Amino acid sequence: MQTIIYILPELFLSLVIMTLLMVGVFVKNSFKLVNLLAILSLIFGIALVLNQPNEVIKIFNGSYIIDKLSVYMKVLTLLFCAFVLLSSKDYIKANSIDKIEYPVITLASTLGMIIMISSYDLIVFYLGLELQSLCLYILASFKRNEEKSTEAGLKYFVLSALASGILLYGCSLIYGFTGSTNFETISNNLNESNTGAVFGIVFVIVGLAFKISAVPFHMWTPDVYEGSPTSVTSFFALIPKIAALSVFIRFMYVPFINMINEWQIIIVFLAIGSMILGAVAAIGQTNIKRLIAYSSIGHMGYALAGLAAGTNAGIQSTIIYLTIYLVMNLGAFGCIFMMKRENIFYENINDLSGLSKNHPILSLSFLIIMLSLAGIPPLAGFFAKFYIFMAVIESKMYALAIIGLLTTVISAFYYLRIVKIIYFDKPKLAFEKDYDWGLKFSLALSSILVLIYFIYPSILIKAVSSIVIY
Amino acid sequence: MNFPILSAIIFIPLIGAFFILITKGTSTNIEKNSKYVAIFTSLSNFLLSLFLWYSFDPTTSDFQFVEEKKWIDGFINFKLGIDGISILFVLLTTLIVPICIFSGIKSIKFKIKDFFIMILIMETLMLGVFCSLDLVIFYLFFEGGLIPMFLIIGIWGGSRRVYSAFKFFLFTLLGSVLMLIAIISIYWITGTTDVIKLLDIRIPHDYQYLLWLAFFSSFAVKLPMWPFHTWLPDAHVEAPTAGSVILAAILLKMAGYGFIRFSLGLFPVASEYFTPLIFILSVIAIIYTSLIALMQDDMKKLIAYSSVAHMGFVTIGIFSLTKQGLDGSIIHMISHGLISAALFLCVGVIYDRYHSRSISSYGGLVDVMPRYALVFMIFTLGALGLPGTSGFVGEFLILVGVFQKSIIVAILASLGVILAAIYMLWLYRRIILGKIVHSDLKEMVDLNKTEIYIFASLAFLTLFFGFYPELLLNTINVSINNLMENYQTNLNFILDSKIN
Repeated sequence: MQTIIYILPELFLSLVIMTLLMVGVFVKNSFKLVNLLAILSLIFGIALVLNQPNEVIKIFNGSYIIDKLSVYMKVLTLLFCAFVLLSSKDYIKANSIDKIEYPVITLASTLGMIIMISSYDLIVFYLGLELQSLCLYILASFKRNEEKSTEAGLKYFVLSALASGILLYGCSLIYGFTGSTNFETISNNLNESNTGAVFGIVFVIVGLAFKISAVPFHMWTPDVYEGSPTSVTSFFALIPKIAALSVFIRFMYVPFINMINEWQIIIVFLAIGSMILGAVAAIGQTNIKRLIAYSSIGHMGYALAGLAAGTNAGIQSTIIYLTIYLVMNLGAFGCIFMMKRENIFYENINDLSGLSKNHPILSLSFLIIMLSLAGIPPLAGFFAKFYIFMAVIESKMYALAIIGLLTTVISAFYYLRIVKIIYFDKPKLAFEKDYDWGLKFSLALSSILVLIYFIYPSILIKAVSSIVIY
Repeated sequence: MNFPILSAIIFIPLIGAFFILITKGTSTNIEKNSKYVAIFTSLSNFLLSLFLWYSFDPTTSDFQFVEEKKWIDGFINFKLGIDGISILFVLLTTLIVPICIFSGIKSIKFKIKDFFIMILIMETLMLGVFCSLDLVIFYLFFEGGLIPMFLIIGIWGGSRRVYSAFKFFLFTLLGSVLMLIAIISIYWITGTTDVIKLLDIRIPHDYQYLLWLAFFSSFAVKLPMWPFHTWLPDAHVEAPTAGSVILAAILLKMAGYGFIRFSLGLFPVASEYFTPLIFILSVIAIIYTSLIALMQDDMKKLIAYSSVAHMGFVTIGIFSLTKQGLDGSIIHMISHGLISAALFLCVGVIYDRYHSRSISSYGGLVDVMPRYALVFMIFTLGALGLPGTSGFVGEFLILVGVFQKSIIVAILASLGVILAAIYMLWLYRRIILGKIVHSDLKEMVDLNKTEIYIFASLAFLTLFFGFYPELLLNTINVSINNLMENYQTNLNFILDSKIN
């Protein structure tokens, strides 16, 4: 009975999922109601997570952990999931995908992620992973009558299933060579001489790299981001990254910590590849969702660079980077959701031409978010990169730091291109201005946060300073 | 001194910008209100900085008006402070910004509200660069300036504005990211980014060379030094008049200031080591860009290239590491700030009336615009360094300084003075003198009242500092002495420890 208290958030979410399904069955046209309830229960979930005792607790024979990292990541997941649902309501309605399954599946996927974040055992981890992935396949193809969406769903399913398979194979290898599925036992049994386990580690890294779309396992990202309905894309770009990065950190620094010399170089190459591809490939894009896809690949590269540093400061910088990345991308998608005219949503960046004339405030948000994504001071994106490079240079990885900073210059080009289209080009037809309040709220919140972050940058440092893995 | 006067000076423009942002009403109302807010803010900031100069104590080399606040817990403090060197740049900035605003009122035709916001934000960032006493804060202000300048060039610029704005942004960013790596490395080497502390901590000499190069990459692009100068002519030509003025008068000076404060202050060994490199690049810049300037048909391009040449003088002066050289380079930066600003405004005056920057489309303006011809004459002479103008004082002191270090460099640099005379006088002859080449030119109107006030104040300062540079020299004297002393002791200390 005692252990039940520690998994209250998970229990609560599963109950909510079932209840909302019932509500959907018995109340007609209840999307609005279900969506609202989903948001509220997510926020209540945050309260439950925060209510957990402030210490490291391992339950169910050490297969489930509640610590600082898991609490922080769970709060991020639930919070941003609520914001994504809030800001995409209009889009969902306008595209007539406002079925009750939408919020319910989103919640189910979130539940899977929360289990992933807390998992301390290979099997529990895999269960959580599969729960979230299966829901994501459905979400990607949610707009059933559209070719692109179905294609995105199928593509994601095939590739992701392959990645899961590889990951599972890696897990089984690790089990074979260490004799346990528990992270701590694996950590104790692993040492440098265990060559077989290295294969397992590589396979696990491949699977995880696929989930956060790091190069060279990124191929699915642009297509899926472009094909899925934008509301789903915004979910894809934000929420799964939290869980995947959290698990990435946990894997590297708990079970695999003794093999740091083996995996560090792999992560460095993943990071460098992602940073370069994210900077170069996005230059030619005209679809803003594809552009965001490549940009998110690049951003994951920076996050991995912090992870590769191999220090607690590195982990903390990765977490800070992730947090700021989420806020910026929430804003970016808020802007994209506002590009609509008569219920048609526009995705080409040339549709933004001369936006500043008719929509001064929306353009200002775009400007702030894009320059912040580019990492120009004094916006929040700069601090995110600053912390990462602090950690990277502390570990004396100068090559990684130099490549990383040079790619920010390249990537600045395409973010500036959007600014250029908005501010320097000739105006086109204005967009509609009747936005939903939730969308307005989340966009305003994220752009203001990004803008004024420099006033008190210690806030995130304080929040993550207690997250110490090893 | 309890009142945080430096913060006030830095953030007053930002507050003004915020008020302009929230102005509402009809478009004429917005225009009028934002105009008054911008003028009021920038002028009161200028007065405040004059007060700062008045209460500044020139007899001590310590940093004054120091403010320190916790910023990022544990490692970075928001630290401000000025010494004799930075206060002059603060004054230059607060002087030039109102002039830009006045010139913008007439020549900016659309989105004037946004224009004022940009200029005021720019002022905040530029002042921050000169006042910050922490490397990270310095970097923040230094880089932040890219955003408003990018928009100023891109929105109100000429026909190739997009190309120029991108070139400006990406060039500068590329130079600066290396500086960021250097700043972070300094933090891990010494445990602090506080400039005052760093001036006492001696960075080990084997690190100095790379760190110096990283800072150099940023400053050389910004200054700009040959061969990193190619963004400057483009940016100058396409930027609106006010943008060119800010660019030439202040942005370029940030790099010169950076060389003095950081390259000399933090890395004496490397500065000593790389002096020949600087001399070579600067001499090439002086002669090569002067020759290019000679062949330009675009007036703004001509002045832009001449700026590169003048900045070559500045770097020679700084790295001559003599008292005269350093004095001269600072005076020359201030004087170039005034003169180049005035010259760009001169171009702006006829561009607004005739919409051409090409030299060949003008001629004989002295007949229709006598007052303009007089003003232009003063600044032409200032630019070529005629005794009696501030341009002379700077160049003379620099050459005196360099002469002690290397006679060849001094001789080659003097060649630049002659070339400057050639291209400036030739420019003047072709535009102002001669016959009126086109009948439309006869309808040109002479300077109006605002323009007269602007030019009169700049001309007054140019001549005043030409005759009485003592006022500037007094302010920087002690700080420069202290800088050189520090430099020498640090250099000796590190070299000694290297031998042992």
